[in-house]
Amino acid sequence: MASPLRVAVASGKGGTGKTTVATGLALLLAERGIQTSYLDCDVEEPNGRFFLRPEISETGGVFVTTPVIDADRCTNCGRCCDVCRFNALAHLPNEILIFPELCHACGACALLCPEGAITEEPRKLGEIHRGVAANAASADGATDIDFMEGCLDVGEAHAVPIIRALRRQLPESGVVIFDSPPGASCPVVETLRGADLVVLVTEPTPFGLSDLEQAIGVVGAVAGEAVVVVNRTGMTEEGDAAAKRLCEREGLTVLVAIPEDRAVATCLARGDAPVLAVEGYAARLAPLVELIRERVAT
Amino acid sequence: MSETNEAVRELVVVSGKGGTGKTSLVASLAALWSSKVICDCDVDAADLYLVLAPEVQEEHGFSGGSTAKLDLAACTRCGRCLDLCRFDAIEAGPEGDGPASIDGFACEGCGLCYEICPDGAISLGPSENGHWYVSDTQHGPLVHARLGPAEENSGKLVTLVRREARRVAKEHSVDVVLVDGSPGIGCPVIASITGADQLLVVTEPSVSGVHDLGRVLDLADRLSVPAAVIVNRWDVHPQGADDIETMCRSRGVELMTRIPYDPDVTRAQVAGVPVVEYRDGAAARAMRDIATAAWNLLEAGHERESRVSEEVS
Repeated sequence: MASPLRVAVASGKGGTGKTTVATGLALLLAERGIQTSYLDCDVEEPNGRFFLRPEISETGGVFVTTPVIDADRCTNCGRCCDVCRFNALAHLPNEILIFPELCHACGACALLCPEGAITEEPRKLGEIHRGVAANAASADGATDIDFMEGCLDVGEAHAVPIIRALRRQLPESGVVIFDSPPGASCPVVETLRGADLVVLVTEPTPFGLSDLEQAIGVVGAVAGEAVVVVNRTGMTEEGDAAAKRLCEREGLTVLVAIPEDRAVATCLARGDAPVLAVEGYAARLAPLVELIRERVAT
Repeated sequence: MSETNEAVRELVVVSGKGGTGKTSLVASLAALWSSKVICDCDVDAADLYLVLAPEVQEEHGFSGGSTAKLDLAACTRCGRCLDLCRFDAIEAGPEGDGPASIDGFACEGCGLCYEICPDGAISLGPSENGHWYVSDTQHGPLVHARLGPAEENSGKLVTLVRREARRVAKEHSVDVVLVDGSPGIGCPVIASITGADQLLVVTEPSVSGVHDLGRVLDLADRLSVPAAVIVNRWDVHPQGADDIETMCRSRGVELMTRIPYDPDVTRAQVAGVPVVEYRDGAAARAMRDIATAAWNLLEAGHERESRVSEEVS
């Protein structure tokens, strides 16, 4: 089966500019006529839609299964509680208590109940939205962007099944931009798994660089090549130098550096994409756009 | 007599959106509050240690779960594990001849394969997910952790770090724990704020910040944790700050303080100190106001609980 070029945008630290870069890349690639999909995998706080302004045409629920106990058949033997490693079932003297939020939907309790007293019912975790983002850049040959986002219901704990459901929607060709959540644990792993190229967006501060190291660790574990975007340079000389040192030590290319600019911050606050609204911003991302364009072509 | 009188009170700083300034604020509160234990619950991007210069006193390994291992010599290739694993963690051999290996990153450690394997070819070993520490800092004890990159169980590690922080607080006869939370609204955030006494939500005046603030406040409502809001870098987009104020008013949530944009926040971080110890600029002054107001909120909550428990008893 044919597969698209998978580009994931990640950072470790939150607020370094992942969504700005990911949506900017989607706009610039589509402007060049390249078939582009944008996947918002930050399902706890999806924000890509503010900058791409898609027309949503499909909404689907994401469900996981959760156990239901038939009280007439249950002998309160407690086997289900013994096999559940997530403490989603508790053995009380007269009944079994279920905590659906802790359930990982592995199915062990239902399968191993000696009385066949457990069935599984679907429980909604969140939603997937799909639509088209018209390309605001009106260059000749520009295409629209295939837009998808996951959205975790408030109060639910597990983002991974929603990211997994998003990944099942991938097209067979073109470029897919995965906008990753912050951090370096399960949801980031699920987003970066199998990426052809990871764009690490960092800021030249101690927090930014410490979390970048975590993100580099994830890339090493589950993805291939990575390049770096250093965002908000020029705030402190020490910070800029430390970012350079870290990338040299890790053998990572800094492909793009974007200076700190209050006009960009204001533009983002309003919900406008800097590649469209701030003079010179698109040119800063050009080396990255070019790299991705070459990879899709080959 | 209710336990709430002697209980440790926890104030948790969260944000929804990442990068709004949680950790910079927590570091300054840590420097300003006289008596507390500090706790970093952002375990997969733990940064508080960078501005509090901790001296590690205790270091512990953390294993939050298990990972399955396959013994190919005992395996008869029946393929039951392949059929039943819901996480696609069992990798098939090239000829479709049953399992070949287990992907440790995909494995959630549910143990289903271990339970159903008729050959006893699968074992479950503890997964080493990270470390947690109790440290001394100039501003009091710090309980913090580091989840290994690409590791699972951040929620469990958060729960552990919070529990240990309360233990350390009792040992030091301190009744306040100051918690740095993580971005988002999922597993680690729920683990950080469930049962806490007060939330401070740090947001920024952007469309993303406002949207994410709404989701965190919804979560706080569901978990019945009172919240107050802080707008950081409010002057980058004053209209957005006004929108947040309107939103807070309509939800009956206090907008505590607006912090102006101040390059000293980044300079302090690079210097490795809390902003309030770097220079008494605009951001530092706002953070002093927050330290007083947030402390008063905790005290007021405590008095309210004491009254309720007296009435009940």
